[in-house]
Amino acid sequence: MTTLDDYKGQRPAWCPGCGNFAILKIMKDALIELGMEPHQFTVVSGIGQAGKLPHYLKCNTFNGLHGRTLPVATGLKLANHKHLVLAVAGDGDCYGEGGNHFLHAIRRNVNVKLFVHNNQVYGLTKGQASPTTAAGTVTKTQPFGDLSEQLNPLALAIALDCGFVARAFAGAHGLPHLQRIMQEAIEYEGFALIDILQNCVSFNKVNTFHWYKDRVYQLGDDYDPSDRIEAFRSSLEWGERIPTGIFYRKERATCESRIPTIRNTSLVEQPFDRDRAVEELAGFY
Amino acid sequence: MDLTIRIGGEAGQGLQLIGGLLARYLARQGYEVFTHQDYMSRIRGGHNFYQIRLADRPISASRQQADILVALDRTTIDNHRQSLAGDGVVIYDPEMCGGEPDGREFLQVPITGITEKLEIAPIMGNSVAVGAVLGLLDLDPAPLGELFGEFIHRKTAEIIATNVSAAQAGRDFVGREYPERLGLRLSRPPDRKLLLINGNQAIGLGTLISGCRFFAAYPMTPSTGIMIYLAGQAEKHGLVIEQAEDEIAAVNMAIGASFGGVRAMTATSGGGFALMTEGISLAAMTETPLVIAEVQRPGPATGLPTRTEQGDLNFVLHGGHGEFPRVVFTPGTPEQALYLTNKAFHLAEKYQIPVIVQSDQYLADSQWTFSGFDRERLVYEDFRLRGPALAKLESYQRYAPSDSGISPLAVPGASPHLVVADSDEHDRDGHIIEDAETRNEMVRKRLFRKLPLLRQEIAPPSLEGHPEPEVLLVGFGSTYGVMKEVVAELGGNRAVALLHFSEVCPFPPPEKFDYPQLLQRARRVICVENNATGQFARLLKAEIGFDCPHRINKYDGRPFTVEGLLGELNDHLG
Repeated sequence: MTTLDDYKGQRPAWCPGCGNFAILKIMKDALIELGMEPHQFTVVSGIGQAGKLPHYLKCNTFNGLHGRTLPVATGLKLANHKHLVLAVAGDGDCYGEGGNHFLHAIRRNVNVKLFVHNNQVYGLTKGQASPTTAAGTVTKTQPFGDLSEQLNPLALAIALDCGFVARAFAGAHGLPHLQRIMQEAIEYEGFALIDILQNCVSFNKVNTFHWYKDRVYQLGDDYDPSDRIEAFRSSLEWGERIPTGIFYRKERATCESRIPTIRNTSLVEQPFDRDRAVEELAGFY
Repeated sequence: MDLTIRIGGEAGQGLQLIGGLLARYLARQGYEVFTHQDYMSRIRGGHNFYQIRLADRPISASRQQADILVALDRTTIDNHRQSLAGDGVVIYDPEMCGGEPDGREFLQVPITGITEKLEIAPIMGNSVAVGAVLGLLDLDPAPLGELFGEFIHRKTAEIIATNVSAAQAGRDFVGREYPERLGLRLSRPPDRKLLLINGNQAIGLGTLISGCRFFAAYPMTPSTGIMIYLAGQAEKHGLVIEQAEDEIAAVNMAIGASFGGVRAMTATSGGGFALMTEGISLAAMTETPLVIAEVQRPGPATGLPTRTEQGDLNFVLHGGHGEFPRVVFTPGTPEQALYLTNKAFHLAEKYQIPVIVQSDQYLADSQWTFSGFDRERLVYEDFRLRGPALAKLESYQRYAPSDSGISPLAVPGASPHLVVADSDEHDRDGHIIEDAETRNEMVRKRLFRKLPLLRQEIAPPSLEGHPEPEVLLVGFGSTYGVMKEVVAELGGNRAVALLHFSEVCPFPPPEKFDYPQLLQRARRVICVENNATGQFARLLKAEIGFDCPHRINKYDGRPFTVEGLLGELNDHLG
């Protein structure tokens, strides 16, 4: 049986008190609970504090470029769609630098799980505004306050009819909830987004651990995640109270299931029939 | 025998159908064929032409002078009548060209009238035009039936038969009205069928036969033909073809698929390559095999989107931040494009590096005839560590040191061994490091150990013509064909030769062939390039210290023609 010892990776270089520690721990718990062994999945990440996570998890890892997590994850999944592919990114990485890929990954619906560590600030580059920073926030590079409106990733994903849209809080009572959502996302057939609210102890002095803790609440048992309009309405709630949970869930055919050449066998498992390919020369006579 | 047929008209009139049909017809009859296309960046209107040269000996370039001009509009007559050969003719329809020009060279063929009389769709006028050309060449339209079946989208037996009869009507008209013009110096070729293939198709075919299974790209002229070819083969050969949201996604998807254990590729033109450069650097740092086809068009920026230039040589040699090994090939013919694409996949996987196959619009869209390809020259070897070989290892490190600098490339998920790749500098296990010692070890492994081995893989330039030339033309990539023809034309009177480079990075070492000495000994060395600044001449200077004294550069977006290059050379040689 897989245990926490199997997931003992490199020593994290995160700041003490960083919300990333909780996300890492919950991710390990979720994978152990699902019986996943470290070699049975790959974490693709980009650049930022979140991007370092796979090194601390001990697993197959592709730690690529800033913003390009989803294209790499997409290529990997299409090459080997029986392999679990998790994409881990920060708010700047995924919603800023990689914003275009975020839109199209949802449209494409490759069976990749996207966990966004959203601390509403740039950590690795030390405190600039991110796409999820509140408008007007003054930083060292936004002297007149952030001039752009705050991005609402959940509303955007629901607008794109993403089949699994969730938000969780990486702290306190939110942790078992995060684990349940992660496990459900991994078991879901299709692209899944979990926007994970976390604190940044070094650079976000507004959205602190307590700021989140005082505001987040869990969508109730009577909440119907199949209702897209209600999901959209819920995704707009932000401020004094911030809902967490699975906002929207819908069964959609995955990209892989719609590609006839990999319907039965994944690409990496298919032998290359060289003689048959060489015969295509004849097509040019 | 050496004839040029030029078909001109607006975009959307069916030039590609007429030209494509005729070229394939002639290749199947055993003629040597060379075609090239000149088209504007628009869907309808403007002025485009499709040119077919046919001969009874191998040919490798276009001529400026046309023997048969098929004018589907007035602009074609106005633009091209000056380049008509002395005994050349123009086939035209007065209705389509607005009047009847004076001159013995103008052969009126009422294409519209014939379609009306036959009560067939006006678009079938293209088949009438094909028939008229066959008429002038005194060739039989019967084999067209099979070809229409291959070329027409909606190919019912009835539609095919109607097109054949339209072609027959065109041929009959010419036979009846211009019996004295038939045959046009045409000699019979040997009984054979020739293969007809363009540069994009050759790269596509080379990709397919090299075992590439994943192709992601964003459409960009003139590279899109590669994607179209592979998409057409996807179902039969089990490929995954993904049209990415942009070139950044395309290159990163290819890297992801390659990390996953399958051969992967992307293709683009200069602007898309610009977006891919960070990804090339990523492939290099993570040592993930990657093949990119870069099909040039004139820049800067959007430039001349449908035309040709060799302006991105420096860009593909240097694109990507940081220092890393790469291989760049610059094929000069579809045949070279096929073999070099195959070699690109081989080297990319063997050395776990990015390999770029650079082409351009002229090569991409030009069709050449060949008698066949040598299957024995095509290589395939799976360098990845997978299956039982991986499973039985006691331990595994993605970036383990070795004398060659090459570490075992394992497929993730296939065994309990973990595969960790990182764009940060990393240790042997793939984890992030910042210490100087490990950094030095990795640069030595990734770059310095592989480089000398890569150099050995590179073929020397080819020398064609006189073995001890006084006049030596030098070039790379798509100018090969026209230089070869010019060397043949001048060869009767002078000791002239061509030195062509199709493998330019790493630059070929002189051990296999002492070409630097050849360059030193030649009385006159002229570097011919389809760009403004002589990028290859500068590369030659940088790599072997040879300063090329004479240069011929063309940067108007058009390829060199035989007459055009001959004229410029004669100016140089006096």
